[in-house]
Amino acid sequence: MSEVLTFKLILVFSIFGVTLLIAMYSTYLERKVAAFIQDRVGPDRAGPFGLLQPLADGVKMFMKEEIIPNVSNKFLFIVGPCVAMLTAIMAGVVIPWGGTLTINGTQYNLQIADLNIGILYIFGVVSIGVYGIMIGGWASNNKFSLLGAIRASAQMISYELAMGLSIIALIMITGTLSLQEIAAQQGGGVGSDWNMWNIVYQPIGFMIFIICAFAECNRMPFDLPETETELVGGYHTEYSSMKLGFYLFAEYINMFTSSAVMATLYFGGYNIPFINDLGLDPNVATILGTVFFFMKIGFFIFFFMWIRWTLPRFRYDQLMNLGWKILIPLAIANVAVTGLVMILMD
Amino acid sequence: MTLYAFYFISFLAVLSALMVVFSRNPIHSVLYLVITFFCVACHYLLLNAQFLAAVHVIVYAGAIMVLFLYVIMLLNLNKDDESQKSNLWKAGAVITSGLLLVVFVGALRGAEAESVSFASSNNTGLVKNLGRLLFNEFLLPFEIVSILLLAAMVGAVMLGKTHMKRAKEIAHEKNGRGSVASARGIGNIKELTK
Repeated sequence: MSEVLTFKLILVFSIFGVTLLIAMYSTYLERKVAAFIQDRVGPDRAGPFGLLQPLADGVKMFMKEEIIPNVSNKFLFIVGPCVAMLTAIMAGVVIPWGGTLTINGTQYNLQIADLNIGILYIFGVVSIGVYGIMIGGWASNNKFSLLGAIRASAQMISYELAMGLSIIALIMITGTLSLQEIAAQQGGGVGSDWNMWNIVYQPIGFMIFIICAFAECNRMPFDLPETETELVGGYHTEYSSMKLGFYLFAEYINMFTSSAVMATLYFGGYNIPFINDLGLDPNVATILGTVFFFMKIGFFIFFFMWIRWTLPRFRYDQLMNLGWKILIPLAIANVAVTGLVMILMD
Repeated sequence: MTLYAFYFISFLAVLSALMVVFSRNPIHSVLYLVITFFCVACHYLLLNAQFLAAVHVIVYAGAIMVLFLYVIMLLNLNKDDESQKSNLWKAGAVITSGLLLVVFVGALRGAEAESVSFASSNNTGLVKNLGRLLFNEFLLPFEIVSILLLAAMVGAVMLGKTHMKRAKEIAHEKNGRGSVASARGIGNIKELTK
């Protein structure tokens, strides 16, 4: 028992560290990708290839003067970024980061907690995440912040609906809410247990999900809560120093988590096609699977950045029209068609 | 362990529920209500009803309270422009809520504690069992509730539609022909941006 507990503790800390590390280097990657797309060099002063740039940025964030506006609600002003960061980190608990490791005959699952309501847990955490933005925006006592907060709440609620509906079709196919089981169902090699990734069965569902993920993370082309051309800085206009850093960091962690969720739900999670046919040691296969999982996540993070520097920002009415008039009916139709096909296949 | 957790969560729930009533700032009230909902979700977890807890957090704390907060932020309520109620209203409110409390206490006194057994099956709250129960035994009430929700939705859309139509008419009267032209212009832009 205590061995399992120790393992879980190590897992918790390593995932916490990896999440922060990836979020840190996402800022670097974002600038490098932007530079690549715009035919520039990007950050290259700090360290080789500018690799120490995130550290320099972090030090800068900590060293800057911290300003709390006089007219703000001081307690809530501090609570806002804390909630944003907390909820961003919490979502990683239910994601299966790999298969099972066997050490000294004991099996260890590379997942912190296998809840049988895994997806719902993530939805719950995401729906709480909006409070960070709303509280921060309101407590700043600034009209631009308030507008950003109001936009964020309306946008998140609208896109959560479409996101939930797009998941329903997937759950109908898999028959479970547990992320561990969904990932395990997509594994397998050639032969009797031949299984495709869920993207093959649910391409429309995946499209809706990824669009909603962009909106939930406040990423381009849906970054309306922080449009710098309209709202100065949106909900974090009044924030400075590391509190601003927390908001920016939370956005990158959300991006990382939603990439992990997308990879788990639609792209096979930690599974590598045909890995079972190579006859590798199970432990080696598990570690390879985890590496492969992080490669998938890396691709999705790159995709997020690619879209950011490719598409222009939506107007707010266009955002609402897309969410309510296109994505939600499409998601409902997807659920109906999936149900029909399932009945016909039986 | 579970008992202490229960006491702690109950204490937190009652405290935050009281703070909802006593705090002067409506935004603080809403945030305390969110904490209360969290505590209720924790109670569901203690009863091993994970699905109910998750849905409670998603629907109440995540959607309904965000809408509350949204509306209050838009209205920007504060102490200065809060309408003062007369003493008669206050007395009436106290009496009605007191009567409700009496009804609750009476109902709880009549209930038998033995009739509910939690220990018999630990899996009652899991998704599969809940789904089976909802779609077999309680299918009719479930469908009726969904029709009720649909009716509420249609009603909201109807209200919104008449409001939009009236706003358009007012704009038309005010601006005359210009509004028609500008409306057409907007339509063209919409087509172009599609």
